[in-house]
Amino acid sequence: MQSTRNISAKLPLFKALAALLLLASSCLLAQSPTFSSPTNIFAPASTPAKSIFGLSLFVLVITGAIFVVVASLLAYAVVKFRKRKNDDSSEPAQVYGSNQVEIAWTVIPILIVVVLFMATARVIANVQKAAPDNAVHITVIGHQFWWEYQYPGLKVVTANELHVPVGYPTEIKLLSADTDHSFWVPRLAGKTDLIPNHPNVMWIDPQEPGLFLGQCAQYCGTQHAKMLLRVYVEPRTEFDHWIQQQSQPAQSSDTVSEGQRIFEATACVNCHAVAGTPARGRFGPDLTHLMSRHTIAAGIAENNHENLRLWVQDPSRLKPGSLMPAMGLNEHALNALTAYLETLR
Amino acid sequence: MSTDVITLPGAQTTVEMRRPLVDTLHEWVTTVDHKKLGLMYILYALVFLLIGGVEATIMRIQLSAPHKDFVSPQVFNRMFTMHGTTMIFFVAMPLVFGLANYLVPLMIGTRDMAFPRLNAFSFWLSAFGGLLLYFSLIGANGLYGAGNAPDVGWFAYAPLTSHSFSVGHSTDFWTLSLLVSGFGSIGTAINIIVTILCLRCPGMKLGKMPLFVWLNLVMAGLVILAVSPLSAAQIMLSIDRYLGGHFFDTQAGGSAVIWMHFFWIFGHPEVYVLVIPAFAVACEVIPVFSRKAIFGYPVMVAATIAIAFIGMSVWAHHMFTVGMSSNANTFFVLSTMAVAVPTGIKIFNWLATMWGGKIDFKTPMLFCAGFLFQFLLAGLTGIMMSAAPFDWQLGNSYFVVAHFHYVIVGGILFCLFAAFYYWFPKMSGRMYNEPLGKLHFWLFLIGFHLTFDFMHIPGMLGMPRRIYTYEPGRGWDTWNLIVSIGVVFQAAGILVFAANLIWSYFRGKIAGNDPWDAWTLEWTTSSPPPAYNFAAIPSVKSRRPLWDLKHPEDPDWKYE
Amino acid sequence: MSVATVTAFEPELQWEPSARGRLGMYCLIAAEAAIFTIFVVAYLFYLGKSLSGPTPQQVLHVPVLFTICLLSSSLTIHLAVRSLRKAKVGAFARWWFLTLFLGATFLAGTAMEWRHLIYDEGLTIQTNLFGTTYYSLVGLHAFHVLMGLLALSTVWLFAMFGKVRNEHAERIDTLALYWHFVDTVWVVVFLIVYVIGR
Repeated sequence: MQSTRNISAKLPLFKALAALLLLASSCLLAQSPTFSSPTNIFAPASTPAKSIFGLSLFVLVITGAIFVVVASLLAYAVVKFRKRKNDDSSEPAQVYGSNQVEIAWTVIPILIVVVLFMATARVIANVQKAAPDNAVHITVIGHQFWWEYQYPGLKVVTANELHVPVGYPTEIKLLSADTDHSFWVPRLAGKTDLIPNHPNVMWIDPQEPGLFLGQCAQYCGTQHAKMLLRVYVEPRTEFDHWIQQQSQPAQSSDTVSEGQRIFEATACVNCHAVAGTPARGRFGPDLTHLMSRHTIAAGIAENNHENLRLWVQDPSRLKPGSLMPAMGLNEHALNALTAYLETLR
Repeated sequence: MSTDVITLPGAQTTVEMRRPLVDTLHEWVTTVDHKKLGLMYILYALVFLLIGGVEATIMRIQLSAPHKDFVSPQVFNRMFTMHGTTMIFFVAMPLVFGLANYLVPLMIGTRDMAFPRLNAFSFWLSAFGGLLLYFSLIGANGLYGAGNAPDVGWFAYAPLTSHSFSVGHSTDFWTLSLLVSGFGSIGTAINIIVTILCLRCPGMKLGKMPLFVWLNLVMAGLVILAVSPLSAAQIMLSIDRYLGGHFFDTQAGGSAVIWMHFFWIFGHPEVYVLVIPAFAVACEVIPVFSRKAIFGYPVMVAATIAIAFIGMSVWAHHMFTVGMSSNANTFFVLSTMAVAVPTGIKIFNWLATMWGGKIDFKTPMLFCAGFLFQFLLAGLTGIMMSAAPFDWQLGNSYFVVAHFHYVIVGGILFCLFAAFYYWFPKMSGRMYNEPLGKLHFWLFLIGFHLTFDFMHIPGMLGMPRRIYTYEPGRGWDTWNLIVSIGVVFQAAGILVFAANLIWSYFRGKIAGNDPWDAWTLEWTTSSPPPAYNFAAIPSVKSRRPLWDLKHPEDPDWKYE
Repeated sequence: MSVATVTAFEPELQWEPSARGRLGMYCLIAAEAAIFTIFVVAYLFYLGKSLSGPTPQQVLHVPVLFTICLLSSSLTIHLAVRSLRKAKVGAFARWWFLTLFLGATFLAGTAMEWRHLIYDEGLTIQTNLFGTTYYSLVGLHAFHVLMGLLALSTVWLFAMFGKVRNEHAERIDTLALYWHFVDTVWVVVFLIVYVIGR
């Protein structure tokens, strides 16, 4: 029993130190390569994300300091005031309270709260404001389980892979076609929800080019986990070129391919649109420039022949619970249809 | 008890006769005794704790590596819904009510709750709610096939819960089971309030009640104000689903956001309903094992009331990402940060109680020590998220999941374990096994920290919650694996706990009335107390009546 | 072993039901008030937001007569309780019956109003946001009136068999408290739905 009591008494202290170490190292290492992640909230690449990052450091320092002080006191108390082996079983002095002490540890926290609040209010005002006039305007419509992107001024409608110019602000209007979703690309901005009948607005202002990842952050049904976000931030000229390409109708070929006939005769056209053809469905992603995307099914599979064919054959093989039904096509029709889709550049 | 000792008149010996099992069962099913009902609440909660733990284990196995195939997305979504709903409504609430039921009448020196029959009715309502929820596993799709548990998340956001997106009846099982158990909760809360305000023994003015009693009074008041909005919202949801109403029907101009408001007006005070009784346990255990009176009794009462009041004004901090105006966001930042002040005051008062004491680290105190560190950390991660822009990154991610499990498991459950070990001798008449108790503590502590410390990291690296799998290459893999490994230790700890309870009930050392040398009235009765609690209703002069008896030269009432 | 003085075992003193019953009823009223508040908030929030269909201005007529009935029933129940406290059992039964009658009239009035709204104006709970919130709020109140009437009828039945006596006055008063609450809710609902909302 002796050794148990010793360990029992000391290990609360070890516990405190371990927790301290853990927290400190977690915060410090969050930015190091050990924690490298394309969705690290502590690696901002856009103005709103940077504002948030600045505030978060300030908050972390203050809460870290509070933790160090209070946890040390607690650790000290559990060690210094533990019952000794040679205790004489007398009761210690009974202290019922102290008004001064109570006032002290009421006033100090209030002051800390005031400081934290003012810093926070300022960042809220900085982020929740209208985007400047030269912003690109995008409307994002959340669906179960894909993202629709419209560039209303530029007459572009696409899906799942978003392109924006670097060094320019982009204002994003957030709508939903069905249930709640949330647009979260951590390195570009904090998340904002897409709620039906409740339009939201957010903005990003990417400072470096590259591909930024994220995913839906509000539970929206079976395949919530596979509603990924891919934001391509590129130089203005490339962005303009992409816009120009996306606003073209689908290339038509003289020989109306068998695949296109199948596409237009089967239920595909009820859900999908291909600009320049009779297909005008809006329930599913716009397929006009399907092959210009690197991924399909909201980012979960590479856009190659096998995946495309598998997706059309039976979407639930890649994404069980996806709202696209398996069309039950035979091998021949499937091949023809996939070949047609691969012409949609 | 299933045996009665019968003394035949004039006999030299006593004869033990076994009562038929049916008699015993009947006694328990029809009881209105607060002690038996308290025990039933607690046992009920423990069973659901195991079930909820299994649900968590399934999820953690699925998430231990990316793209695992352990369960389908449909099953996973049901798991997190059922896990959350079970743990909050059928584990934590019954534990809290069970402890209050058992201890409050004993601590205030009376024989039973104010409305014993209402007490029984409320228990059976709540119990039925839990069974109804799990009946969904077989009943939800009616006659057309196997049923399905609800999969809309424990806060069941609209319009996911509308008929368009939730076909079948699983959502209705969620709604109705919580509605029913909610009414049971309100009944128990009424009982607690009236008992405490009307039935205190002579001399026990409000300022002389044990803090456990005070804090349960505040909790009961919160239940009355907070559970009712949930009931209202659920009635509205049922009207939408059954009668074609449009409360949350966005196609008809309804608002999905108003469901969130109604839910969180319940949901946030609910966490105070759970944590304030945990504080109540700490307020009893820490003084006894530090051998000192609680520091700052009046301030503790005032701080608790402040927490309850302010806590009713913070709800929309769960909605920072929903797109409220900057003014609304700013207000809720302020109120949320404000609630940290009285909460911190309580931690400081517990610290001051231990300061200068002689702390005996028996199992209850070990758990309370863990509670103090963990609740401090949980509060601080809460402050991080109260800064709304920071929450725009951290919200709806695994950081939030880590935070609230830190509060509920690291804070509340640790205190409830402390309560178990502290009052087990009183309730069963036997001491638990101390080494096993310590083993439970260390196993569970290691498991808890492995799981919930490291869970913060994927959240900071962009991992949202409620996803049945995740992509490799996001930097989340290792952390999720560590998180899942922690489950093993927690499970081991729980098994040790269960084994200890069972073994000690039959073979533990006889405890006597007052094994801890404690100071409140429940320790004057036998262990377990007789059905009538006290042969003569006691009268008290101070907050620690037994201290006065044990230290007649230096009684508390001279200093209060 | 007691702690300062040993008081003789006096079981009856502990169990004064009147204070407990009233306090319990106040707590129940608080919980019910919270439920009604949420329905009122929903009603107010959705005012003017219906996408189609009849509006309050178009179809609602102020139910003056039935409101007077319900509010007077508060007076009659108060008089009933007063009679019982003075052990005037006969007067009590008469006032109590009158309360029942007035309450039932109110419910009948609600039923008639709804019949008119559904069949003549085409407003149902499914029609639009106004329909949903109106029927829910007024219906929730009517449900509470109905529950109250059931309790009142039970008491009246007991009274008819001569079982209600002066010593039951406290419990009857607690029930009357519930009835007063139901009437107060109607005052609020009336103001919100028929005055502010139109």
